[in-house]
Formats: sequence, structure tokens, C-alpha cells
Amino acid sequence: MDLIADRGRRVTVEELNTTRLLAHARKQAHKRGFDDILIVDVDAHHYENEHYDEFLPFMENDVLRQLVTVGRSTRQRPGIVPIPTGYQDMGGRVTRYPMRSSEKTDQGQLRDVQLGHRWMDAMGVDYSCLFPTGMLNIGLHPQTEMEVELCWAYNRWLTEKVMPEAGGRFFSLLCLPFADPDAALRQVETFGGRKHVGGFMITTVRANIGVHDNAYMKVYRAMEERGLAIAFHSGVNWSDIAFKNCNRFISVHALGFTWYNIVNCTNWVINGIGERFPGLPVIWMESGLAWVPFLMQRLDHEYMLRPSEAPLLKKKPSDYMRDMYYSSQPMEIQDYDAMETTFRMINAETQLLYSSDYPHWDFDLPSTVWDLPFLSERAKHNILGGTAARLFKLAPRNEKQKANLEKFGNLAAA
Amino acid sequence: MPEKFVARLDEFKDGERRIVFVGDNEIGVFRHQGAFYAYSNFCLHQGGPACEGLTIAKVEERLRPDKTSMGLYFSESEMHFVCPWHGMEYDMKTGECVADRRKKLKKFQVVQKGDEVYVLA
Ligand code: FES
Repeated sequence: MDLIADRGRRVTVEELNTTRLLAHARKQAHKRGFDDILIVDVDAHHYENEHYDEFLPFMENDVLRQLVTVGRSTRQRPGIVPIPTGYQDMGGRVTRYPMRSSEKTDQGQLRDVQLGHRWMDAMGVDYSCLFPTGMLNIGLHPQTEMEVELCWAYNRWLTEKVMPEAGGRFFSLLCLPFADPDAALRQVETFGGRKHVGGFMITTVRANIGVHDNAYMKVYRAMEERGLAIAFHSGVNWSDIAFKNCNRFISVHALGFTWYNIVNCTNWVINGIGERFPGLPVIWMESGLAWVPFLMQRLDHEYMLRPSEAPLLKKKPSDYMRDMYYSSQPMEIQDYDAMETTFRMINAETQLLYSSDYPHWDFDLPSTVWDLPFLSERAKHNILGGTAARLFKLAPRNEKQKANLEKFGNLAAA
Repeated sequence: MPEKFVARLDEFKDGERRIVFVGDNEIGVFRHQGAFYAYSNFCLHQGGPACEGLTIAKVEERLRPDKTSMGLYFSESEMHFVCPWHGMEYDMKTGECVADRRKKLKKFQVVQKGDEVYVLA
């Protein structure tokens, strides 16, 4: 196929082949001995929005299901989940976007499972926490009932069709319909005990999201009781009032992914949710790391002067933030001194979880963690997979991985 | 320095590129406006295949004398090649990373012998 750049200039490329595209990742993995280390990617994506035909039939409500399944002929079914303006593919510069549909997969096994295994094998990743792509915008849906239905259908498809076919290498934090706390609770009760489910994920690009609202306490309690984790997965929304004055996607992307997690983390901490549910692991996803020291310093500074506005707290806001987990990508590797400080401030050795975000444009390879000059061996093993193995009870896939997990106290499942 | 055969001249058209393998090394050879350029195929960002993506003109923002913006244009003179993993752009003529020109891909010499093209690796 031809990729078209400026003024009709064409670059001819064969079809996309993930294994070939990531051949250098495989070389890196081999050189660093990654196959001997259990590597868990806590944030990878598939394009569920290209498989609506497979999961919309799981919707419960007859009328709403009919509304979205009949009368639309295209595979991608535009108009089901809102799509914010953006240029993730950089005008085709990130070639796997325009070429995605050209990649060949075998009949008889789900396409997303095959594609996932290809990039995991290339990178040396053993387990991936699979998240959707289009459904990350479900919080922008104007209809609460449709959000509930679509989450339900996606969660059923994922737990009943996709993950069971993946040889045990995918797990997920399922989509929580946060607009409806009662429905969210029902989905935790229904899906929380299923195989390959490590918890639930809240998409943070939403018009209304008050994570401290009393209505959600029963949802958090249900997750805590079941030993599940809660994750906040960030995103972008150029139409948000906060970003209307940004004129370039780079600005919206740089700020948006951090902004939503900054707001939610602030509300979570200041309202003492960590005191109320100390056994509920909280993970902040896909915002990079640079925002965390910023927020710790801001909140600690204000809390010292205004503790009366956060009376549930028994320690500083940053101490609660150090109890939480952070996914690593996109790691802002620009200034090693700043990074080292960030790692110290978040207790990275026990709280940081490697994530690739593959196949999205700003993915990180495991080598981004492994090659950091200031990390101890223990920290490298923990961040790349040991901590996640403990959190999600993931078993080693070979004897050397088992020995490494044991060495650093991370063997939680045999 | 050993010579590595790249292509026959008549089979290597302007606007095309070849990737040649020299042991463990990989070199991307471009033919652009009649000239040949050869660089390491390992991206300075995360090691992606730097020479295997799009070639695309530099994007410029042009200003009027009063410093108001005229908007975005493709350059008439500067061509870039783009690493397909995350979009890092390199100057075709120098191999410099255009976002930080202190960073450069290793450059290799290209020689023509009769109707054949070689890279010195
Ligand atoms: S590895 Fe080349 S752009 Fe990231």
C-alpha cells in the first residue's frame, strides 16, 4: 500500500507486520535477557472499536441494542462512542495507524489476541493488561444508559471471548460505567470474580466526575472486599473548556493526559478515600510521572496551612500518594536528575508499574525502565513485573522468571 | 572500510530507500534529489527502525514582518525522514534529530561504482 505524505509524495510499503516492525524491540529484549524476567505490561490496548459486531450483541437492552446494531453497515460503526478531535497518528508518520488494517492474521483465532501476542513476544512482555481504545471515550457519551450498556457488553465480550482465548497472557481492569454508581456496583458484583479480572478502570475524560461523591463508596467497598484494584485511565478531550484555548494537539495531549488524573487524584486524596479504603489498590494510568512530584508538593504545601479542609487525613497528601501505584508510560526521560527525584518521591521501587501503551503512538519499551542508570536491580525487576505479579497474582512463565521473582520477594502465584 | 552493495543504480529510484544489513548493524540508504544519504537504522529515541518510515518535508510556520503567524507550510527545501515507532524526525541531509540538532544518527558514506551503489560500513 502507499502512504501519502506531503504533496502527493508516496511511500510504498508492504502490509504491516507487527513482528517485523518491532524487530529492534526483540533485539533489545534478547540482549537484556528479558525472557528470564517476568515482565507485566499494565496498560496495553486493542481496537475494540473495530469489532463492534462482536461485542454489541452482548448489550442487555433490546431497544438500545437494536438502535446500534441495525442500520449501520460499516465495521467501525461511527457514532456509537464519541470520538474527540485529535491526530494521534501524526499525519501518518506513525505508520502503524494508517497501515493497521493491512496486517494479516490467521483465521480461527481472534485477531486482537494474535496481534497482542505479536507485540508482547517482540518486547519480551509476559502478561498484558488489556484496555480498549474507542471505549476510553465512553465517559463523553451523552446517555448514561448507553454507557452502562456498552460497558456491560464490552466486559462480557472481553471476559467470555477475548481473554479466554489468550492463553492466560491477558488480564484486564474492566470498564466501569462511572456515570451510574448503581450500575457500576452491579458490574463489579457480576464481573469482579471472573477469571483474568484484576479490577476496574474508570475512564477519566468525563464531563462530570467527582470520585469523592458518596454514591461511589459502595462501589469502592465492593472492590476492596473482593481484593480488586481500581485504575484511573487518562485521556484527551480538546473540546473540554480547559483546552479550548490550545491550538495544537501537542499542547492538548501534553496537558490533557496529566490534567484529568491531577483532578481525580486531588479529590481522592483530599477527601480521605485512602483512609476509608486502605485495602483498595489505586493505579493512575497513562499520565507519565512528572505530574506526581508537582501534585505532591502542591497538596502538601496547602495541607500544612489548611488541614481543616481535609480533616480525614492522618498524614500528608504525598504520603497517601506514595501508597498508590503509577503506570510508567509515557516516561518523560529528559533529565535524569529530575527523574531520579521523581522515582524517589513516588517510591518507584514498590509503586511503579511498567506499561507500554502499545500500540498507541507514544508507547514505551521495557528497555526504557531497564536502561535507567540510577535504578537498583531490585527496582528494575519490581517495576518491570515483580510488583504487578504480586498485585495481580501472576505466575512466572519459566524457571528463571520464578527464581527472579523469588529473589526479590515477588512470587505470589506458582 | 568494507564496502557493502546497496543496489544497482538503475533500480534505485529517486525517493526510494534501501535497508542493508552489515553483521548486526543496519543502515538505511536514501536517494533524494539525485544524492545518496546513509544512516544508522537505529533511532536515537528508543531504538526503532529510524530509516523505515515516511519521508516528509519539514513543517514550517511562517511569520509576517509584524510577527503574526501566516500558518503552517511544508518546506520547499528541507526533507525529513521519520522513525515509524513514535514519529521522531531526522534531517535527510545531515541525520540530525530536528527537535534537538545536537543529536545525530551515525552517517555512512555512499559510493557509486559504475552503475552500482555501495555503502562504506
Ligand atoms: S524509537 Fe524512533 S521515534 Fe521512538
